[in-house]
Amino acid sequence: MALIQQQVLRRGRTGLAAFGAAWLFFFRVLALLPRAFMRPLLVVEQVYALGNRTVPLVGLAGFFIGLVLALQLYGVLGRFGAASMLGPIIAITVLRELGPVITALLYAGRGGTALASEIGLMRATEQLSAMEMMAVDPVRRIIAPRFAGGIIAVPILNLLFDVVALFGAWMIAILAMHMDQGVFWGNMQASVGFMDDLVNGIIKSFIFGLAVNLVAVFEGFTAQSTAGGVARATTRTVVIASLAIFALDFVATAFMYQGV
Amino acid sequence: MNTESGEASAISIRNLVFERGDRAIFDHVDVEIPRGRITAIMGPSGTGKTTLLGLVTGRLHPSSGDIRVGGLPVQSLRTHELYALRMRMGVLFQNGALLTELSAFENVAFPLREHTDLSESMIHSLVLMKLQAVGLRGAADLMPAELSGGMARRVALARAIVMDPEFIFYDEPFTGLDPISMSAIVRLIRSLHKTLGLTTVIVSHDVDILEHLADDSYLFSEGKVVARGTPDELRKNRSRWVQQFIGGMADGPVPFHYPSREYDEELLGEDQWR
Ligand SMILES: Nc1ncnc2c1ncn2[C@@H]1O[C@H](COP(=O)(O)OP(=O)(O)O)[C@@H](O)[C@H]1O
Ligand SMILES: [Mg+2]
Repeated sequence: MALIQQQVLRRGRTGLAAFGAAWLFFFRVLALLPRAFMRPLLVVEQVYALGNRTVPLVGLAGFFIGLVLALQLYGVLGRFGAASMLGPIIAITVLRELGPVITALLYAGRGGTALASEIGLMRATEQLSAMEMMAVDPVRRIIAPRFAGGIIAVPILNLLFDVVALFGAWMIAILAMHMDQGVFWGNMQASVGFMDDLVNGIIKSFIFGLAVNLVAVFEGFTAQSTAGGVARATTRTVVIASLAIFALDFVATAFMYQGV
Repeated sequence: MNTESGEASAISIRNLVFERGDRAIFDHVDVEIPRGRITAIMGPSGTGKTTLLGLVTGRLHPSSGDIRVGGLPVQSLRTHELYALRMRMGVLFQNGALLTELSAFENVAFPLREHTDLSESMIHSLVLMKLQAVGLRGAADLMPAELSGGMARRVALARAIVMDPEFIFYDEPFTGLDPISMSAIVRLIRSLHKTLGLTTVIVSHDVDILEHLADDSYLFSEGKVVARGTPDELRKNRSRWVQQFIGGMADGPVPFHYPSREYDEELLGEDQWR
């Protein structure tokens, strides 16, 4: 009994310590962000490396989701005589929710894991220690530029998702269902708000980007210096980041859309 | 600086205690490393030789004790002071620890690019000079994955000396090398030591090689210094422990088993579910 109690207490304490360490790490990375942007080449390189990896994935996912949404909703809305509202409903769903959430999830699986395993491997092969020994702060030189690149990449990917998803929906609505172009785009323009839908979606995406990239660089940086340690860091990145995305989505939605 | 002892030690460790969990890796240890010499830190693997380098370079913090490098108290330095001290140190990690994304040239150039505003042509000539010194000028454009173990270690060595350090630390520089790479590394360590006027510390369990290389050596076991002296003096040391280590015998006072409870107690003991 005492042993179990002890174990639980120890787990709890290390869990709490890890949480505290994550926050400290977060502030350290944030404090170093301005300096990261003073060497923009390093950041641009990372936007490209991380973003580019996820572009095909986000593009394809967005396209198929646009297709499916249009197929599903065209029929359902038709039953209520509201088929003309297909455009706005798809646009709002995609811009507000599906775009930010699915983009962030896909990014966690592709860019986030790449980030965690890359940094974890640098830890395991003593590259981070070597850097410290060369009087170079690895958080400044390695972590901050990657974090900066990651948080820039996610909202851009989100915009890509939005555009491709709407294009997919347009293909179904116009080419397959022969809906009127004017009705599709006109109604969309009339009822989609720039602030409420587009901007809020991008803000959400930015918040998710912060969370996913923080989890990824933290897990990589604190990975155990073994093959198993790097593997665990990668897996934990996906699990923790995905849960964080859903939880943050709820909070952000509650703040942004009270009765809108 | 300590004027009484005349020539101050380059590195001085007093009363060092360092623990991992319940195990004392160092238990009140004193080490003096003289300036301008080659000092070997020896001991069976797992004694804490790598840990000692971590402590001396300020990457690990002791439970108690005083570590001074060039007269500076390593563990009470502020971050920028510690980094300034590290600019005076070169470390060769066990596997080289080259940055895998950068070519051999860029690895050697890395400290220069981070710490200096030298022109591209200056960096170019400095890097090629150091690569020439380790005999790898021709490998400048190779990536770390394309280098053999011995070559990677030599590139890492070029990187470690590119900022012209005063101190250089080698962690197991001889393990996993073929005989030719091995003698190349031994030659390099000796020639760099002479030409750059370094204080050299080599961590290794390889007695035979250190014999021809080290001016002074420490023998560690189970958290203590068990012997100190020139390799020749160690050879004459009559302690059974020293004889076992130098002779490389499996049986003797050095335990083959990691510290544990009594075997029968662990197999039969009723206290394991407590
Ligand atoms: N990060 C760590 N966490 C816990 N124990 C460690 C860690 N690193 C090393 N140790 C332990 O400390 C002891 C000394 O390790 P090390 O300094 O690497 O030995 P050596 O270099 O002499 O072979 C070993 O028993 C090892 O198990
Ligand atoms: Mg070691």
